[in-house]
Amino acid sequence: MTLDQLKPGDEGYVQKLRSRDRLGRRLMDMGVYPGLRIRVIRNAPLEDPMEVELDGYYISLRHEEARAVEIARK
Amino acid sequence: MKIGLAGQPNSGKSTLFNAFTGARQHVANYPGVTVEKKIGWYASNGENVEVVDLPGTYSLTSYSPEEQVARDFILREDPSVVINVMDASNLKRCLFLTFELMEMQAPVVLALNMIDLAEKRGISIDTQKLSGLLGISVVATDMKTGRGKEELLDTISALADSSGASGGIGLDYGEMEPLLRDIESRVLAETPHLPASYPLRWLAVKLMEGDSEVIRLVASAHPSPEDFTADIEQLRVDFESRFDEMPEIHIANRRYQEADRIARSCMSPGQARRLSWSDRIDKVVCHRLMGPVVLVAVIWLLYYLSIVQGYNVTNYTWPILAQIRSWMEVLLPGAGFIEIPIMRAFGLWFVDSINALLNYIPIFFILFALIALLEDSGYMPRMAFIMDRLFSRYGLHGQSTLPMVLGGIYVGGCAVPGVMACKAIPDERSRLATILVIPLLNCLAKVPLYVLLINIYFASHKVWAMFFISTISLLLVLPISKILTLTVLKKRPTSPFVMEMPPYHVPTVRGVLTRAVERVWLFVRKITTIVAAVAVVVFILMRFPGISEERMAHYQEEKHKAVSSFIQDIEDTDYADAIDPDNIMAFIRYWSGYKNARLGAGGGDAAKAVNEKFREKDPELYEIVTRQGKDGMIAYRAARSLERSRKQLLMDMKNEQIHNSFLGWAGKSLEPVTRYAGFNWRVNVALLSALAAKESSVATLGALYESDERGESLEKRMASKETGFTPLHGLSLMLFMVLYPPCLAAAIAVKIQAGGTRWMLFSIGYSMVLALGVAVAVFSGGSALGLSGFQAMWLFYSLALTLTVVMGLVRNRPDFGVV
Repeated sequence: MTLDQLKPGDEGYVQKLRSRDRLGRRLMDMGVYPGLRIRVIRNAPLEDPMEVELDGYYISLRHEEARAVEIARK
Repeated sequence: MKIGLAGQPNSGKSTLFNAFTGARQHVANYPGVTVEKKIGWYASNGENVEVVDLPGTYSLTSYSPEEQVARDFILREDPSVVINVMDASNLKRCLFLTFELMEMQAPVVLALNMIDLAEKRGISIDTQKLSGLLGISVVATDMKTGRGKEELLDTISALADSSGASGGIGLDYGEMEPLLRDIESRVLAETPHLPASYPLRWLAVKLMEGDSEVIRLVASAHPSPEDFTADIEQLRVDFESRFDEMPEIHIANRRYQEADRIARSCMSPGQARRLSWSDRIDKVVCHRLMGPVVLVAVIWLLYYLSIVQGYNVTNYTWPILAQIRSWMEVLLPGAGFIEIPIMRAFGLWFVDSINALLNYIPIFFILFALIALLEDSGYMPRMAFIMDRLFSRYGLHGQSTLPMVLGGIYVGGCAVPGVMACKAIPDERSRLATILVIPLLNCLAKVPLYVLLINIYFASHKVWAMFFISTISLLLVLPISKILTLTVLKKRPTSPFVMEMPPYHVPTVRGVLTRAVERVWLFVRKITTIVAAVAVVVFILMRFPGISEERMAHYQEEKHKAVSSFIQDIEDTDYADAIDPDNIMAFIRYWSGYKNARLGAGGGDAAKAVNEKFREKDPELYEIVTRQGKDGMIAYRAARSLERSRKQLLMDMKNEQIHNSFLGWAGKSLEPVTRYAGFNWRVNVALLSALAAKESSVATLGALYESDERGESLEKRMASKETGFTPLHGLSLMLFMVLYPPCLAAAIAVKIQAGGTRWMLFSIGYSMVLALGVAVAVFSGGSALGLSGFQAMWLFYSLALTLTVVMGLVRNRPDFGVV
């Protein structure tokens, strides 16, 4: 499954980044990499984007972009 | 000696920069890009050290201008030391950048910044061990308390003295190593000059990463560039098919694994969560219902403090500017009865143009300080988080919120700071879209014309008309931005939204004020010089060729008539000898001097003092201006009528001057087109003069609809002069003003932020066409359908609303190649 399918409060592990474009690099630069534990904090008031916690820090990304992050539920 | 500060955003880099350099700073732009270049200086052992604060970046690819700027500095400007500033609480993620810096063989010193905060969270880091593992010097610092500053300075000097012995471990890229070694030897053999200026290993890693800049760099030095580029691409494809992982992701992954290993071995984790109060704030600020409420409150406060209160402050600062003007009045050659020396006319015009702009400084200062406050506190990303969904539908970005608010999303903003604030938008396409639409928002300077027109043509529906004009600009901006995104901007690169949500910080007074002063100063320097230059041009356009000699002779005659009738009137009084046609200006100056002095003095003792002073100056004239006795009264009346004639003459001359100026000609020659929008030449001239500054529209109309002695309001004068005008004319003119091209200062801001004259010209051109198109459609369409102004207003509103909804539904999601 992919990150955009997780609901606030859900947790999972990053399996793979599936973007061939700069999105993949950007996610890597921001600290999203395979093996990392990721937790969904909340969705924005209009549902999109979403805020996630990774390893003590927080990033927000659009659901469209979260589709590129393959997740394994624990 | 030159050193660079590199680090990720939110690592406290600016605080460190300020702590090092104090007030010795300078902000400029890197050539060709919109990235700010901050340089500062400090003295170390008698040597002057130049510090360059590089833009905050997560890594050093060639994807964004910020990263390129930082990368070019490190590679090409050969800094003696690069301080890698990092947030000690985020060691693992920050090491990612450190590895890149070491790969570039930069002489790196690691500053583990904000160490106090990390320790408060229970994180402890063994700096000795970290230094050993990385092979570079590590200093724990906290710039809020000054901790570690001396040690860091010593480390920098020591490293600079040892010149270039940067050390630092090389990273092992596992399965990729054989490939990297192959590339290294190929580069060494085929482009033998390149490794002298660029680290070989770094080139190899970047080539494997598919970094377009580096591929181009090596290919351009290669005897057969196409082959080389194709070979590299083949290597990348082979790697991916063999290891089922894209090379760039493999590289990043290896860096994180290494960072993870190092972080684990020299750091005790603490509670790896951010401060709980930051979470608690976010529970409210990002809440489904409370979030938008807080956002609206923050925006309201921003408006209130800067626009409303800032305007009040200008009541105190305006007298200073007015004083400068009155000094100029004294300095410049004096005015004759109807002959205004050109130096005087120009000097006053020039001062007025500059003053109009300087008058905004208090507003800008408050605005910039509040923005700095929002930036430093960490609220900005939350704002973007809440608004992104709405704005991204229209090709804008979450981070377009602040620029739009500054530009006047409702009523009363200013496009200049709005466009300037666009710098923060990380997505180029959205940034350009935002820059292009901000001038269409309702800036403060457009409001006087709205108010004038509403008072004349929509007097019975004032509230509704005001609501219409306040909200229509947003309903036009959103669809226009979407259309621009789908057409002109279609090919511009777009970036992912992925954005850090840093913990909240308490901003420092110093940091906020420094930034506010810095930005105001940049604004003053950049904008005023250009406004000054254009003031000259507009002056010429409005003045030449001007009044013909015959007409001038006619005015001279009128002058003589007025003067001789005055002399006749006072012939039989005691003052007949006191004033003659040659010294009549002396009397006029004396009189206006007296009136001004009395106005300034108010009442009581001050007024008495003024009286005394003018009596001493000239007892005879004093009797006239204070209407003493029968003769005094007669002379006073005669003087009043003389003054009226003079004013009328000056006004007629000014009117004729505009009529016979280049601008007047332009206004008239545009009439065949603009009449479909309902504009006659007078309106055209007013609109043309507003090209430089929107405020001018009402001022020029004021000059065109000359006032007579009854002192009627401009509303009445315009209504009586333009008897053919209907509310439909008024509506068309208002909508034209909404879409009118950016004023001069805003156009310059567009040029600076969009990074080119081309965009500035486009911004002016498209809004001009759009404004005229809408005005013609409303006027001609409304006339053809037989609509009243008020009906046309709401028909237009519903069309705009429909267009906004429809454009919001058109899908335009960027394709990031998700597989």
